[in-house]
Amino acid sequence: MSRLATGGLIDRSRPLAFTFDGRRYTGFAGDTLASALLANDVKLVGRSFKYHRPRGIVSAGPEEPNALVELRSGARREPNSRATVTELYEGLEATSQNRWPSLDLDILSVNRLVAPFLGAGFYYKTFMWPSSFWEKLYEPFIRRAAGLGRAAEGDDPDHYEKANAFCDVLVIGAGPAGLMAAKTAALAGARVILADEDALPGGRLNAETHEIDGAPGHAFAAATIAELGALPNVRIMTRTSVFGVYDGGTYGALERVSDHLREPLPFQPRQRLWRIVARRAVLAAGAIERPIVFGGNDRPGVMAAGAVETYANRYGVAAAKRLAVFANNDGAWRSAFAARAAGIEVAAIADVRPTIAPALLERAKALGIRVIAGGVVAGTAGKTLARIDIASGSRTDRIAVDGLAVSGGWSPNVHLTCHHGGRPVWREDIAAFVPGALPPGLSVAGAAGGTFSLAGAFREGFEAGAAAARDTGFAAPALDAPRAEDESVALAAFWHVAGSRGPAFVDPQNDVTAKDVAIAHKEGFRSVELLKRYTTLGMATDQGKTSNVTGLAIMAELTGAGIEATGTTIFRPPFTPVAIGALAGHHRGTEFRPVRLTPTHGWADEQGAVFIETGAWLRAQYFPRAGESDWLESVNREVKAVRSGVGMIDVSTFGKIDLQGPDAGVFLDRVYINTFSTLAISKARYGVMLREDGMVMDDGTTARLGEQHYVMTTTTANAAKVFQHLEFCLQVLWPELDVQLASISEQWAQIAIAGPRAREVLVGVVDPGTDVSDSALPFMGVAEARVLGGVKARIFRVSFSGELGYEIAVPARRGEDLARALMAAGAPFDITPYGVEALGVMRIEKGHVSGNELSGQTTAGDLGLGRMASTKKDYVGRIMAARPGLTDPERPSLAGFRPVNPAERLRAGAHFVPVGGPADAAHDQGYMTSVAYSPNLGHWIGLGLIRRGQERIGEKVRAHDPVRGGDVEVEICAPCFLDPKGERLRG
Amino acid sequence: MRIPCPYCGPRDSSEFSYLGDAAPTRPDPAAPGAEDAFFDYVYLRDNPAGPLEELWFHASGCRQWLKVLRDTRTHLISGAVFARPKAEVAR
Repeated sequence: MSRLATGGLIDRSRPLAFTFDGRRYTGFAGDTLASALLANDVKLVGRSFKYHRPRGIVSAGPEEPNALVELRSGARREPNSRATVTELYEGLEATSQNRWPSLDLDILSVNRLVAPFLGAGFYYKTFMWPSSFWEKLYEPFIRRAAGLGRAAEGDDPDHYEKANAFCDVLVIGAGPAGLMAAKTAALAGARVILADEDALPGGRLNAETHEIDGAPGHAFAAATIAELGALPNVRIMTRTSVFGVYDGGTYGALERVSDHLREPLPFQPRQRLWRIVARRAVLAAGAIERPIVFGGNDRPGVMAAGAVETYANRYGVAAAKRLAVFANNDGAWRSAFAARAAGIEVAAIADVRPTIAPALLERAKALGIRVIAGGVVAGTAGKTLARIDIASGSRTDRIAVDGLAVSGGWSPNVHLTCHHGGRPVWREDIAAFVPGALPPGLSVAGAAGGTFSLAGAFREGFEAGAAAARDTGFAAPALDAPRAEDESVALAAFWHVAGSRGPAFVDPQNDVTAKDVAIAHKEGFRSVELLKRYTTLGMATDQGKTSNVTGLAIMAELTGAGIEATGTTIFRPPFTPVAIGALAGHHRGTEFRPVRLTPTHGWADEQGAVFIETGAWLRAQYFPRAGESDWLESVNREVKAVRSGVGMIDVSTFGKIDLQGPDAGVFLDRVYINTFSTLAISKARYGVMLREDGMVMDDGTTARLGEQHYVMTTTTANAAKVFQHLEFCLQVLWPELDVQLASISEQWAQIAIAGPRAREVLVGVVDPGTDVSDSALPFMGVAEARVLGGVKARIFRVSFSGELGYEIAVPARRGEDLARALMAAGAPFDITPYGVEALGVMRIEKGHVSGNELSGQTTAGDLGLGRMASTKKDYVGRIMAARPGLTDPERPSLAGFRPVNPAERLRAGAHFVPVGGPADAAHDQGYMTSVAYSPNLGHWIGLGLIRRGQERIGEKVRAHDPVRGGDVEVEICAPCFLDPKGERLRG
Repeated sequence: MRIPCPYCGPRDSSEFSYLGDAAPTRPDPAAPGAEDAFFDYVYLRDNPAGPLEELWFHASGCRQWLKVLRDTRTHLISGAVFARPKAEVAR
């Protein structure tokens, strides 16, 4: 066991059992999986991506490139989980990745022998040819060899939420700078959200051993959080990663609500995706310690210096029994002293700098730590680290250690500052990229901006919090920063131990070595963007948090251009991985989008209707009866019932728009191709409207209820589009017209009854004394009446089916009552409910156009509606519809089609080609838009668009369907197959 | 993106639908050369890098068409007014 006897912010009274690769271990509440594994002396935690090299934990934070595990099992299994940020819980199951047959003995580690073929650009070189090898050899090999864990195969049993939050000041990160910024803004009175990805806010205060106002750093953090938590204008969001900066002060954040539990509590989501809108934000995200690249630097036991300190102070774990430190800066010395204070033997500190500050040397001497100034690590040995060689000058020291703490300096977490295209700026004095141009409203404080000392973090946090408060209208208090050390962070830039022994990894997660960078340089891929793509540097799940700067620094050394001129790749959201499930939230499966139900849905469900999605609506498709073998049989019955008796269907889904005002008639004249200002009151008219480019946009009937009052219907699919178009015409094109619009689609239920007996059914539902005779309510007549004993109704004598028909509209909440009343009134006539399939059959029999014909590529002329267009007025689309291309007589136009052999089935989408001619694009004359089986005619019928269609009645062509197969000879006919004179609907 | 709707206040852009450049105006259909003028009106658009006045419809809000000033390079929105002229808004 490497658990220290005392110390750490863990709860030793709450032991937690967990398994790793099936073996049982115990940790404590407050541990991460990584700290618990280290406490149990588990140093080998995974195998690398390409070469299957043994790998161990290198960090204590979100930047971890190596310690990725599969977490949980079954449908909850989640690959590439970072052990360093996985909170330990009772019963946690974790499995190592990329090993076969076991972590300890990995056969594919022989990949190391073929390493020369897997170097930089291997995708482009090794697997170039022959291309037939790809599918059988290369791809399976790469997939087996280079994996990053296995995704769960079952559906995710957990659910995810989305939420919105609003604040004056968002503070990102609850380290010293963030705490100070949040406190300052909060005390000024601003609404503050303080978000931190950790479960325990405090950042470095929990990891280091600073004294603040005489108290330990972690106690100061806890007290500040308690103080903030008591303020009503502060919301503290722990386990919440702010991962992206979007436009207008919008921030994306992921709250891991239940990831620290074995399973979410009942009714709790697993994660919650936040959209936080903040007037100002302070980025206090800290910095990430960089490694130094040397041969054998990936051996388990080699770790970031700050991580060793964190494991000792926060988790009470000795990451090594005997430690060496390799660094280029003063900060790492403090990590060494902290490790020593925690009881870890520190064998040596090797610092690349020949001259060290006297204070550090004195302290090391007092603690009995050997110092090798100007020393570098020249090689390592052991399956897990057992020995290092330190070269200084001409001598080499061989030191037996099981841990090596490395520090190459710190990289500020500038990621979020890049999300609006800001480019980080190189600062030579700290050898780091700091934020460049910032997203509007965002400021940076503390280590995220390159200010690494604790006192500096407090000062900048205060300043940023005060400025954010002022910017949002609050008076900031005077500076009251806690007393803390302004410790030295001096460093000498140093990236790579040239000539060290063994492969030197720059990006351990993607197995990119210093040699790969050199190959990219040699082969000309020198820009940072090319370096990244050619070597895959920084392209793994960690997005190069520990490797990008080192990689480009090595390239800069090779080119001699310097880091500033070399530049850096920029970062895009998300900062850390976000599960697709969280982005989807509740929108999955049948909840993918909201479903709209018709007012009679419940009644139709009782009738055993089969439903179909039409746009956002769920509509009755057909109503099967016992003994019917398939949908066609049901639909045939429904069609025959309507044509011989009476049927009913809910048509509430049509868009309904109320238009009122003195200019309503003029307005309609301008949006429809035909005239409505002359329409008599209590009459309806079919109308066609165009887009301004001359194509048909929509059709429907519009009724006039009064001198200044019209009601328009639109197709179901275009309801929202037409409404938006009408508002555009009114507000933007002709604001001088006095017309008011209201969408009333939701307010009215509308049911159509159709068939020779329709009037008799209608008589049964209208209130006594209502005259619905042919003379009182003729074809295209409209009546405002009462039904069902006093219920307000509008009755439109219109027909889509070609039969005598009425559409009855009642307030939506009475729609179901109306359906039941119609069924009762229609019982003597055997009234038959029908669905959208039968409706479709009947409209094709009548040659009425619908969505398939209103494709946005057809003109009124194409659809045989050209004669409706008024020549006495202007309307939207008139000018452009007159263009030669849109009036070309060669254009495909609407016609009907019937199979020459009545037994043959037609298919929508089939293309028309000449009989006996080739079936190719050059001979394509148009295509079939809609087909149906007509039970009245006893064969299939179709509508389609064919060149000069209206002039070719009686001609035969082939309907060729290369997709589904089939080549049917069809005869062109008039698009109306039944009752062409319309006698039935006037009956 | 957030749009400061003059009626509803600042709202998320997902409540709006976008049309495009607010500059083109519908030509006089009776004027000579109307066909060419309409062709320009329907199809020809500049694609400026910088501030652009655009038409947005507050579909999930007040149903007003707005003229929104947006910088196409940065998505910075510096204002929004009703597309309908002031006199008609007041009516």
